[in-house]
Amino acid sequence: MKIMPCPLNGPRNISEFVHGGEVRDMPNPTTCSDKEWAEYVFYSDNQAGVVTEWWLHAASGYWFIAERHTVTDEIIRTYDPSEIFKARVEFSAESTAQEVSA
Amino acid sequence: MSHATRLKAPMGLLIDRTKPVSFKFDGKSYQGFKGDSVASALAGCGRWLLSRSFKYHRPRGPLTMAGQDANTLIQLNKEPNVLADRELAANGLDVQGQNYNGSLDGDRDAILGHFSRFMPVGFYYRSFFKPLGAWDKWEGFIRKKAGLGVLDLDFQPEYYDKAYLFHDVVVVGSGPAGLSAALKAADAGASVLLVEEQPILGGSLTYNRFDVEGEQADQLREDLLASVEQHANIEVLTSAACNGWFADNYLPVIQGKRMYKVRAKECIVASGSFEQHVVFRNNDLPGIMMSSAATRLMKHYAVKPGNRAVVLTGNDDGYLTALELLDQGIEVAAVVDMRNAAESTDIANAVKGRGVQVLTGHTVYEAIPTRGNKHVRAVDVRRITAKGEVASQSQRFDCDLLCMSAGYMPVYQLLCQAGGQLRYDDSAAEFSLSKLPKNLRIAGSVNGVHGLSEVLHDGERAAIEALHTLGLANGEVAVEVNCKRRVNFDWPIFSHPKGKDFVDFDEDLQAKDIVNATRLGYRDVQLVKRFSTVGMGPSQGRHSALPTARLVADATDRTVTETGVTTARPPFSPEKLAHVAGRIFDPYRRTAMHHRHKELGAKMMPAGNWQRPAFYGKPEERDACMHAEAEHVRNKVGVIDVSTLGGIELRGPDAAEFMNRIYTFAFLKQPVGKTRYAVLTNEHGVVIDDGVSCRLADEHFYVTATTSGVERVYREMMKWNAQWRLDVDITNVTSAFAAVNLAGPDSRKVLEKLATNIDLSPEGFPYLAYREGHVAGIPARLLRVGFVGELGYEIHVPSRFGEALWDALQEAGKEFDIRPFGVETQRLLRLEKGHIIVSQDTDGMSHPGELSLEWAISRKKPFFVGRRSVDIVMAQPQTRKLVGFTLPKGTKKPEEGHLVLSGPDISGNVTSCEYSPSVGSIIGLAYVGINQIEVGSQFPIRVDDGEVVQATVVDLPFFDPDNARQAL
Repeated sequence: MKIMPCPLNGPRNISEFVHGGEVRDMPNPTTCSDKEWAEYVFYSDNQAGVVTEWWLHAASGYWFIAERHTVTDEIIRTYDPSEIFKARVEFSAESTAQEVSA
Repeated sequence: MSHATRLKAPMGLLIDRTKPVSFKFDGKSYQGFKGDSVASALAGCGRWLLSRSFKYHRPRGPLTMAGQDANTLIQLNKEPNVLADRELAANGLDVQGQNYNGSLDGDRDAILGHFSRFMPVGFYYRSFFKPLGAWDKWEGFIRKKAGLGVLDLDFQPEYYDKAYLFHDVVVVGSGPAGLSAALKAADAGASVLLVEEQPILGGSLTYNRFDVEGEQADQLREDLLASVEQHANIEVLTSAACNGWFADNYLPVIQGKRMYKVRAKECIVASGSFEQHVVFRNNDLPGIMMSSAATRLMKHYAVKPGNRAVVLTGNDDGYLTALELLDQGIEVAAVVDMRNAAESTDIANAVKGRGVQVLTGHTVYEAIPTRGNKHVRAVDVRRITAKGEVASQSQRFDCDLLCMSAGYMPVYQLLCQAGGQLRYDDSAAEFSLSKLPKNLRIAGSVNGVHGLSEVLHDGERAAIEALHTLGLANGEVAVEVNCKRRVNFDWPIFSHPKGKDFVDFDEDLQAKDIVNATRLGYRDVQLVKRFSTVGMGPSQGRHSALPTARLVADATDRTVTETGVTTARPPFSPEKLAHVAGRIFDPYRRTAMHHRHKELGAKMMPAGNWQRPAFYGKPEERDACMHAEAEHVRNKVGVIDVSTLGGIELRGPDAAEFMNRIYTFAFLKQPVGKTRYAVLTNEHGVVIDDGVSCRLADEHFYVTATTSGVERVYREMMKWNAQWRLDVDITNVTSAFAAVNLAGPDSRKVLEKLATNIDLSPEGFPYLAYREGHVAGIPARLLRVGFVGELGYEIHVPSRFGEALWDALQEAGKEFDIRPFGVETQRLLRLEKGHIIVSQDTDGMSHPGELSLEWAISRKKPFFVGRRSVDIVMAQPQTRKLVGFTLPKGTKKPEEGHLVLSGPDISGNVTSCEYSPSVGSIIGLAYVGINQIEVGSQFPIRVDDGEVVQATVVDLPFFDPDNARQAL
């Protein structure tokens, strides 16, 4: 069984974790086109190479980010989401929402 | 039969001569010693025929003496397909042969061998598929002929278990490479686990001869074992098979009835190599064995493998075997070397010096059997003229033992499971391994290193590499080991026009079978395997993979590397289902009131991973119980355990902002002391959960979620806030609270007796309000909600008071004839009110518009999860909608999932349906086509047996349309 190095709990069996999909930029939900939104919601790049993914340590309810090579299944790095998501995200009706960016 | 002919010590490493054992084989009594395997004890008594081959029923005897071949499969009373060279001989053991017709010695099916030319490769596939139905007629006969052992149908389960081990370094194999690797790693401070498949440590040191004098192995083994056995950092598992390699060095190791799940930071595989046979006519006769099998018989069991031997070899190890045989008093008629010269003239001269005839550039072309193919009687030796070809002149050597040393195949199985790749080196005629994952290393002969001192160095080299990643290397540098010994003869395959030149002993496959498979178009080795069954037998290609690769490469004009071997998958050696099976482990959660439900005779049902009362009464009286309980709630007062409802607490300055982003409704201005319906959509705009939001304080919300959905809701919340960074704490408090719903016209009267510090008047605690106080002295959160459509209170208390609350309500409710009701009853009651249950009445496509939940969506706020998707789908023409329908009492009742039709098409499906005593008809919810939603119109539902009933669309709710009762 694969081992996932959790930034909070250390190395644990992969069976304790839940995959949460790729980390993706959300387009501005008020200003983007329907097509852009649909692509954000439904499409995945599925690229062969290093991807940045959400992972949850289910037992402790802790979400973190892992960089993983989809060909070798090697986990290159894991870290707390605060490394990417540094500031409070705001949504407002008319103006551009702050970018949720990776 | 007796064992008079055993050799003198130090032969017989494994046996205890002071402890004789007696057992039965094929009805006759045999003696051996404690430590003997069944096969060695039988061989010690001169009994060589152990089994009959799979297809031609040819007599077979020991081939490897290491549990690596199918020749030794025997039947025990309670277990078929046991390896006779593994199973220990024990007093009273009753052993039978397998796969024969009549007796093992006089198998009537041996005649099948004469018909082999009518049973070519792929015979079954090609012969029995037509005419239609032919296979059905043949199957019984063929299965009987092809079957091996017999199952014990009175089998009693036995105790098998699992254990977990964690080590810095796990070394698989305890030959010289494994021992030196383990010692090197342990000396540097690593915790080491040494896994050995055989009962004793030492690997080839226990049986192989490495030098002319024959002294090196014993001395070295003694020294290494002394160090290993007293080493505090080394844990040893013997008679233990590492049966697989899984990601990040997760290793299942089976020892007896236990499976160890071992996690290694570093794994060193020193699994050695399998000695390979030579392909020639009748190479399967009893008395023909690997050289290592002969030396194992002598060194492990003190059994003389024969009286007069011929050694057929492609390397110098054959000469050393000859010396070993001579030392043990066995006459050696000849050493037949397929090469033109031995590598070491010293070793060759030592053999010649003992008066043994050595024939170089020769091979055994055919073995001559005794009557009935029972044993080898002589060999026909010929000069090799070209690759696989021999001269017509022959010499005959009488012998009762033929030892074969064609070379070695690395024990690659674990390594290929790990992603390692095999490459064939044409000059060495040997496969080697590359592209191993990091933290997995190989050492010794599996790494193509064969000289003894080089093997020891290679073990140390692997250990030093492992120590480097462990940070324990102390600056020591790993030095690559270069071994020039050549041990494989490149073409030890001599096809005979009359066949019986076996490539695969398990499946009775001859050289021509493999070649013919390629001629029939199966050119890929994987296809050759599937068509011919080569390598599919119990020995899994340990001896057939190499000759098959060579034959297929040759027949298809490709290199052996290109041809390769078939995929290796776990398990490496056969394992029982009991080893991998777990105990029945299906835990479920119980609420704090579970025992009260059982006492009241509840019929329990699973809800998520909880057990909940479906209703109270006998299973066969479901409808009557449900209807009585429902009527009670409508007319008097009932109570249901709703502890399984999810509960999530949100605290912090951003609690309201967070609620506002997660749920569809508006929550910023939700007043303290009020509840609000909360619908959750995912990013696709699909409704995935619902609940009730209670505002306890400005910065404190308590929100419920569905029983099976709360985990997911909590996860989603945590994930969103990992991105939004709002100042809010989110806690899943589901198991911290027990809860009941007290419902019915008399519920206020019951609660008034217990909740002395809460104003329960309709004005003081109106519908949809939230209050805190004490119920029967228990601190409680109270919600006035109307899920079942009656005056009612959800009472949430700390879990530890759940049972006390239940008891207090039962006691206080006695005078009002209070009665518990179950989940099925609740579902009926809420259906009467037209309330949906998310995941029962919704599916993966249900958006709020389809569920008529537009009222629960705030369009004024800038964002909620799924907002944009909801906007997009709601702007598009709708295709279906969830509607209420009725059917007259007595109609065949539709079930959940039954289809709604629109002409010839399917337009929807039923999601909930029950007979309602309050309404007096069958009521239900169903998705229908958008053209079928008009109230009063009819739509067809296809029920069981294809019958179609006409349902009438009605307004929701079915019961109490003004919702007056819940607001009392």
